[in-house]
Amino acid sequence: MRRFLRPGHDPVRERLKRDLFQFNKTVEHGFPHQPSALGYSPFLRLMAIGTRSGAIKLYGAPGVEFMGLHEENNTVMQVHFIPDQGQLVTLLDDNSLHLWTLKQHGGASELREEHRFTLKGPPGSPPSATQITAVLPHSSREVLYLGTESGNIFVVELPTFTVLEDRTITSEAVLQRVSEDYCNRRSCELVEAIREHPKNPDQILIGYSRGFIALWDLQNSKVTHHFLGSQQLENLYWQRDGSKFISCHYDGSYTQWPVSSDNRQPEPLENLVPYGPFPCKAISKIYWQTTKNGVPYIIFQGGMPRASYGDRHSISVVHGSQQTAFDFTSRVIDFFIIFSSEPTAEFDDPSAMVVLAEEELVVIDLKTAGWPAVHPPYLASLHCSAITCSHHVSNIPLKLWERIISAGSKQNIHYSNMAWPIDGGTNIAPDPLQRDLLLTGHEDGTVRFWDASGVCLHLLYKLSTVRVFLTDADPNDNMNTLGEDEWPPLRKVGTFDPYSDDPRLGIQKIYLCKYSGYLAVAGTAGQVLVMELNDEDAEHVVDHAEADLLQDQEGYRWKGHEKLKTRDGPVRFEAGFQPFVLVQCQPPAVVTSLALHSEWKLVAFGTSHGFGLFDHQQKRLVFVKCTLHPSDQLALEGPLSRVKSLKKSLRQSFRRIRRSRVSSRKRRGGGGNASEVQEANARFDQDALQEMELAPVQRKIEARSAEDSFTGFVRTLYFADTFLRDSSRHCPSLWAGTNGGTVYAFCLRVPPAERRMDEPVRAEQAKEIQLMHRAPVVGILVLDGRSTPLPEPLEVAHDLSKSPDMQGSHQLLVVSEEQFKVFTLPKVSSKLKLKLTALEGCRVRKVTVANFGSCKTDDYSENDLAVLTNLGDIQIISLPFLKLQIRYPCIRKEDVSGIASCVFTKYGQGFYLISPSEFERFSLSTKWLVEPRCIVDMPEVTSNNHVHKSGMENATRKSRSLGDSGEDERKTGRLMEHALLNDEKVLKEIQCTLEGGR
Amino acid sequence: EFRRFSLERSKPGKFEEFYGLLQHVHKIPNVDVLVGYTDIHGDLLPINNDDNYHKAVSTANPLLRIFIQRKEDADYSAFGTDTMTRKKNVLSNVLRPDNHKKKPHIVISMPQDFRPVSSIIDVDILPETHRRVRLYKYGTDKPLGFYIRDGSSVRVTPHGLEKVPGIFISRLVPGGLAQSTGLLAVNDEVLEVNGIEVSGKSLDQVTDMMIANSRNLIITVRPANQRNNVVRNSRTSGSSGQSTESSLPSSTPNIANFLQGEEESDEEDIIIEESGEPQQIPKAAPTSESLESLTQIELLHESTQNGFLPSSEMSLNHSAGSISMEYEVRDPDHKSLEEDGTIITL
Repeated sequence: MRRFLRPGHDPVRERLKRDLFQFNKTVEHGFPHQPSALGYSPFLRLMAIGTRSGAIKLYGAPGVEFMGLHEENNTVMQVHFIPDQGQLVTLLDDNSLHLWTLKQHGGASELREEHRFTLKGPPGSPPSATQITAVLPHSSREVLYLGTESGNIFVVELPTFTVLEDRTITSEAVLQRVSEDYCNRRSCELVEAIREHPKNPDQILIGYSRGFIALWDLQNSKVTHHFLGSQQLENLYWQRDGSKFISCHYDGSYTQWPVSSDNRQPEPLENLVPYGPFPCKAISKIYWQTTKNGVPYIIFQGGMPRASYGDRHSISVVHGSQQTAFDFTSRVIDFFIIFSSEPTAEFDDPSAMVVLAEEELVVIDLKTAGWPAVHPPYLASLHCSAITCSHHVSNIPLKLWERIISAGSKQNIHYSNMAWPIDGGTNIAPDPLQRDLLLTGHEDGTVRFWDASGVCLHLLYKLSTVRVFLTDADPNDNMNTLGEDEWPPLRKVGTFDPYSDDPRLGIQKIYLCKYSGYLAVAGTAGQVLVMELNDEDAEHVVDHAEADLLQDQEGYRWKGHEKLKTRDGPVRFEAGFQPFVLVQCQPPAVVTSLALHSEWKLVAFGTSHGFGLFDHQQKRLVFVKCTLHPSDQLALEGPLSRVKSLKKSLRQSFRRIRRSRVSSRKRRGGGGNASEVQEANARFDQDALQEMELAPVQRKIEARSAEDSFTGFVRTLYFADTFLRDSSRHCPSLWAGTNGGTVYAFCLRVPPAERRMDEPVRAEQAKEIQLMHRAPVVGILVLDGRSTPLPEPLEVAHDLSKSPDMQGSHQLLVVSEEQFKVFTLPKVSSKLKLKLTALEGCRVRKVTVANFGSCKTDDYSENDLAVLTNLGDIQIISLPFLKLQIRYPCIRKEDVSGIASCVFTKYGQGFYLISPSEFERFSLSTKWLVEPRCIVDMPEVTSNNHVHKSGMENATRKSRSLGDSGEDERKTGRLMEHALLNDEKVLKEIQCTLEGGR
Repeated sequence: EFRRFSLERSKPGKFEEFYGLLQHVHKIPNVDVLVGYTDIHGDLLPINNDDNYHKAVSTANPLLRIFIQRKEDADYSAFGTDTMTRKKNVLSNVLRPDNHKKKPHIVISMPQDFRPVSSIIDVDILPETHRRVRLYKYGTDKPLGFYIRDGSSVRVTPHGLEKVPGIFISRLVPGGLAQSTGLLAVNDEVLEVNGIEVSGKSLDQVTDMMIANSRNLIITVRPANQRNNVVRNSRTSGSSGQSTESSLPSSTPNIANFLQGEEESDEEDIIIEESGEPQQIPKAAPTSESLESLTQIELLHESTQNGFLPSSEMSLNHSAGSISMEYEVRDPDHKSLEEDGTIITL
């Protein structure tokens, strides 16, 4: 009758399930994919990044982050904080404006969309009449000035977005007093920039794209000054005292203009082409920062000589005789300067420059000599070289943690010591309960160690395996070798470098033993490295062995890549993980599975040809087993060389296109080159799409047979101390599962510790199981007498786990892509199975044992299988009865790379890539949740004057700074002054607060 | 050459004796032969056991025409496997062999050597517009051989006609199992795979389900060509109770259970113990036993309810070598014959 009870009808179990399982996507780690806009509030000390997919992300102090998503999923073009408010306005590429507010809710702040608005012109007017090109949130916090393509400036009231039509600044009004001659050139075509006067909020500076600039008086609604620029305008910047401003231009020049009270026609003070005399690219943004010693910082984006350095993405900092052009590896989206915004401060005294490039965030310390970069605590570029694999280790012992951090700190000496300058908000999330490491393997042969304990995914240490090998890449061949007198003075900054020198170096599998500090890393060209953590630099020879996985098989020809050449003689390794053994598989195919047993000092590895076991204590190969099927031609020859070369050339041509893309020419694409490339791209995309659509979508229904290719591909390796031969004696064993549904079990004889070096490790094949459904074996697990999974090596020795039950009979769980099967041991008979594919049509992609604790009681926890299917669903399956507990949709099924990149942790969390540069973190557990929880103080509290004297607010803020591009934010103090003088409401408010305080 | 001899109708004796008699009459004592006779419909049917021998004798009126062929050069296809399908134009088909002369010479083995490769099942519980086909896959000698695609079909819903996405058979591989059965055709809509509805599942999901079940694949289709459907008249009262209802899901659980039991046996993994011989992995006693006994009950339940024996499913199994033929299943007129067990199973 049991069968007629539908699963999940047991009310006790149902209740327990609710206490154990819960699905949440908690936080996004890494760098936003395709950022498109940057904003900064010196008041909140928060930075906002908008993306092409319509996301808006706010970052402050480490742990303080907010995320919002525009419904329309349109590109965010501009982000502007409302001065001195917890509000910001975004402009999307569909010309809609959105007002976002930070609100406190349930003890934590939340980012919410409050209003949306699209500017509408009079009926019949062209769309350009209302196409917004520039936004100025006025310091009064009541209005927004919206510059348009038509040259008119509309005024809308906040927060309702009501258009104040009588206050519209038309181009006709602006041009009233300008000479006919100038007017004829349609000088008021497009508003490029609107800037508020730093001292007088009644004056705004309007720059039109043809170079005409006007200073507009809001009180009298008239132009007080106009400036007749001759070059196409890019941007404007006021100097701090409001006596001068700078305009920068399309031809790579910038001009200083005086603003005097007399009525003379102003003439430029200085007009300079910093990288002249040959034609230069546009300077798209400029800052002029005053300092105490009188030598200003002039910071501008672009302006490189068009012919020789036109492809560089640069920002130049000029300070007296010092000049550096920071050279970014990806396009610069925007940047801002953090400088003093104290009302009393006489000078800007810039402290840091924050640059948002397309692929990374770079912060430069402007206070320390040499202008070093600041190590960012978040927004790490995970994809500085493409991620090829990841591995998660939970609950790292403190000792190992400290040693990794100390190794990492030695690598970071070139970073500035400056405290992270963007420090708004307070992180109120509880401290992480344990230390977790996320290891990512990269295409360039590096392994990065990330602190994954909390909300901020933070780089601890970077390990490179390249030094073991001889590669074509010349280590001196980089852009930093430019001599002293090179011009322009380029300096490469940032870590994003997607171009791998040698794809064979790519890391495919990682295994870290957290107790012993042994690390095994395997790569694309069949290389397996075993490493040990060493706190000192060391120079030593790496023992080298070769594992011929084909053994005596004849007539095989490997057409794939060659194996990596090793470096002879001792190699110098920096402190950290240092390799001491290198095993190279022959043929040098990708390593597809890896297992390390730190207690037995054995490492097992598998490729598409077979697997091997290596004793890294004695440095001896124990055995190899070829799993090839004689008819498997594809595996023999390696990846088809023709296909590969086509792929390669495609990639190269893409790179060329990417490189030749001209830097930000915004909407109207001034460079014909850029638009051509774009057009070509569009055409290419279309062709590809068409090709895809033409191909008939049909699937062949064919039973798998033994002759299918890649059946020998070793998918999983597993060490277990279990009853393999008879039920009285248990022994070490190695299990391997292949793509063809075969499981091999080897009985191992590991000598006792005292004779470990003297006697060889022996292995004998004990069993071979062929699953008749022939689906790839993706997981093997042995359950002990209590049906709990066997502990990890050394786990028992470190008292972190109960020793396994060796009395009861053990069970073997084999997980194939299609079924879960439990067999008895040592006599293999099938006990239970769960067929996934036959019933639901989904296949297992990832499977891990996870421990789930109850959120209600501390003493209950159970082990289950966390399973990710090819449909992107996550299922939890109970052990040992293989009952489906719960299912959640997690990843879109089309997101193949997301599904492939997923890793589960031991405690029911997981990570997967949502873009090349971002991990989404999710949790299946009610107990283990890592999500941002933070508070940002609201203006109602802080906008009052007395806050300046009291509270942590001011204590932590040594310098207040002007905002993003200096266009809209003003010094708080300045505002206070203004508020006190002009705004009765604010005065009253202050009074109230003061009285309330008493 | 022709021989004419008499037999006692009331006491025909055993087939062995009859076979010996034939060999004697024809003076071919050591030659293996195939024996066939023409029944009342003019179909050529084999005689190879006591049952059909008795049947043949009882149907003779008064003459029994017997055809004898050497086994080596026998024209196996001459036997009227399509007896039932051609029922309606029986009158026009007086003698079968004429028809077969146009067809390529195909060698099929004797019925006892056959194993089922496909069958139509659950006719009585399915709506007339649907067909549930079971494909048996033995070894790897013959590919399943069909392709499926996405498409859309029109359904009658409470909101009127609606276009819904569906899965269709897009291509049959020539010489493949699917094509050789003749039970599946291009543009047939796939409704279920092994008792699980495919609606709401993607093409890839359905592909994976079919492949995972490929050893014992049961697909329910809505044939594109509805002209060959079973026409049940009221006389088929044994199963007519359900003949008009179209609630597929009601039958689903039965199928699933049935399958599970079925597959336990035909999908046993193989274990090779330390350089020993491969053997099938036995089942651990406790859990599966209860499961199987339950399955048994299910089966019995099902069969009694449906009014026919599970074994009778095999009655329509088609030979592996023959080419596409049209079928009509479980003709009521022949039902009695089936139950006698006298119809030749091919």
